[in-house]
Amino acid sequence: MKILVCISHVPDTTSKINFTEGDTVFDSQGVQYVINPNDEFGLTRAMWFKEKQNATIDVINVGKSNTEPTLRKTLAIGADKAIRIDSEPIDGSFVAREIAEYIKSNNYDLIIAGRESIDYNGAMVPGLIAGLLQINFVTNCTKLEIDNNTATIEREIDGGKEILSCELPLIIGGQKGLVEESDLRIPNMRGIMQARQKPLEVIPSSNSSSKTKSIKFYKPDPREEVKLVSPDNLDQLIDLLYNEAKVL
Amino acid sequence: MSVLAYVESFKGKVKKNAFEIVSYSSELAKKLDTDLVTLILNVNDTSELNKYGASKILKVTNPNLDSFDAKLFANVIAQAAKTTNSNHIVLSSSLNTKYMAPLLSIELDAGYLSNVVELPSSLSPFTIKRTSFTNKAFCDSTIDSEVKIIGLSSNAFGLLENNTESLVEDFNPSLIEKKITINSTEKVSGKISIADADIVVSGGRGLKGPENWNIIEELAETLGAATACSKPVSDMGWRPHSEHVGQTGKPVAANLYIAIGISGAIQHLAGINSSKIKVVINNDPEAPFFKAADYGVVGDAFDVVPRLTEKLKAFKA
Ligand SMILES: Cc1cc2nc3c(=O)[nH]c(=O)nc-3n(C[C@H](O)[C@H](O)[C@H](O)COP(=O)(O)OP(=O)(O)OC[C@H]3O[C@@H](n4cnc5c(N)ncnc54)[C@H](O)[C@@H]3O)c2cc1C
Ligand SMILES: Nc1ncnc2c1ncn2[C@@H]1O[C@H](COP(=O)(O)O)[C@@H](O)[C@H]1O
Repeated sequence: MKILVCISHVPDTTSKINFTEGDTVFDSQGVQYVINPNDEFGLTRAMWFKEKQNATIDVINVGKSNTEPTLRKTLAIGADKAIRIDSEPIDGSFVAREIAEYIKSNNYDLIIAGRESIDYNGAMVPGLIAGLLQINFVTNCTKLEIDNNTATIEREIDGGKEILSCELPLIIGGQKGLVEESDLRIPNMRGIMQARQKPLEVIPSSNSSSKTKSIKFYKPDPREEVKLVSPDNLDQLIDLLYNEAKVL
Repeated sequence: MSVLAYVESFKGKVKKNAFEIVSYSSELAKKLDTDLVTLILNVNDTSELNKYGASKILKVTNPNLDSFDAKLFANVIAQAAKTTNSNHIVLSSSLNTKYMAPLLSIELDAGYLSNVVELPSSLSPFTIKRTSFTNKAFCDSTIDSEVKIIGLSSNAFGLLENNTESLVEDFNPSLIEKKITINSTEKVSGKISIADADIVVSGGRGLKGPENWNIIEELAETLGAATACSKPVSDMGWRPHSEHVGQTGKPVAANLYIAIGISGAIQHLAGINSSKIKVVINNDPEAPFFKAADYGVVGDAFDVVPRLTEKLKAFKA
């Protein structure tokens, strides 16, 4: 089984978000980057397929050279090969088109992406790839098993879950549940050494089109101070929620 | 040219988020000086939609659309968009619709933006505000393609009454074959889901253990609210994973979010920031949540919450 894991390189969850160049560009000064959490769950699930079902794992990222430490980390965790498509990730449709082009000439049985990235938050790249390649797609996946050519998937739905099955090739949007946090792997010394020998291919962009542009960023207005209510005067809280906030 | 609003239904009725989608779409249509067409699948009574400006309703009735299939639904909506010559399509941000939206955007060769929070600020170039960085920031984005898909963040726009007569027309799309089989569906019945809730009551590690969750549940029941929790609470198995909210859990865009015994870590706040009003109950006045909340009570949850519930019961009666 050949697996491709899509890796988005994102600011660590504790990062304070700031912008520069007239609020048009994310300010990466002092920001730590990590593997997008949803992608890390997917990568770890892929490792189980590698160990138990002999799968091979390629990882792919659309980004500039600053994403390479993140890709090296995926190799240290255990991916076999990394591919970086050398371009700024302009928008979801651009990223999806770039990755879809690569998949067309490199056939995979299973493509694992995240439900959503924590920076762009589009929740669209895997669905767009599925649409472009006309392959099966399931998102919000919380469990995935593959037997021969058939996938069985548990998916979160609003207010519950459902169990689905379909044929490969398949692309999923994964999230926690695929594996748990305690299953995530920290690269060890041996993994880090081996990662240096593994291929990290840089390929040129196929100059796909994009359909949207982010033109200006801004942060929410500073909030008013919290209104404190004494625990002995909870009627006041109800009054504020009813008359002032109008949410009861 | 018209605006197409797709609203979801469940067991023959439109879902509650339909009214916000129609309110928004009807204002968008006014702005674009065009008509609004509202697409519904398997709904018997459409009259409730009139109140929010659904002047033309396209009604599809077909038992094969009773259960959701992303690709099939995307294809049906694409047919409706083409038939009505719609260049702007408005969608909700339910899990199913977010699943389907990218597939629809490929079918229509459309630009798609999710997490939209306002009407467009400019029509040319078409510029619209969305949230990014998990609610830590906003972004003005343009859609440059002719056909545009707007995914509206829930509770971002609200309801706008706009009584109209509705013209209801039947629509018979052809149905493509399903490639994905649903083996089983499990819905937690009788409980309000976080996505559907106006009010969410959420508990953190400050509650000390799962045996204390009755105070959260009673408050939620009194308010008709959904229950949620912080990440460590679900990690320790006190509550199901489906209740974990935050940057790496579910987003909450409720009208009222009540956080009890939750410190207000940046990853937690990121997921709940787009809720309108935030109330915190915490015994530590230094808890960071007080900086993010609208109203706060410094006090012991085990004392404050049961009394608040009693008072709310009296207030509601
Ligand atoms: C990569 C990453 C992702 C994360 N994603 C998320 C996420 O999505 N969602 C999330 O929630 N967290 C997330 N976290 C965890 C986050 O950093 C915090 O650890 C977590 O939110 C803390 O949960 P808590 O507030 O319940 O617990 P604590 O921080 O332990 O806070 C408990 C609070 O309860 C108060 N308290 C104690 N006793 C009482 C009492 N009797 N009455 C009233 N108040 C009381 C205390 O004063 C304290 O403020 C993430 C962390 C990482 C590293
Ligand atoms: N630049 C990128 N390179 C590779 N994969 C990406 C990139 N951006 C997003 N993805 C994948 O698509 C998923 C959803 O991202 P998004 O559509 O941005 O929410 C992520 O979890 C990744 O798996």
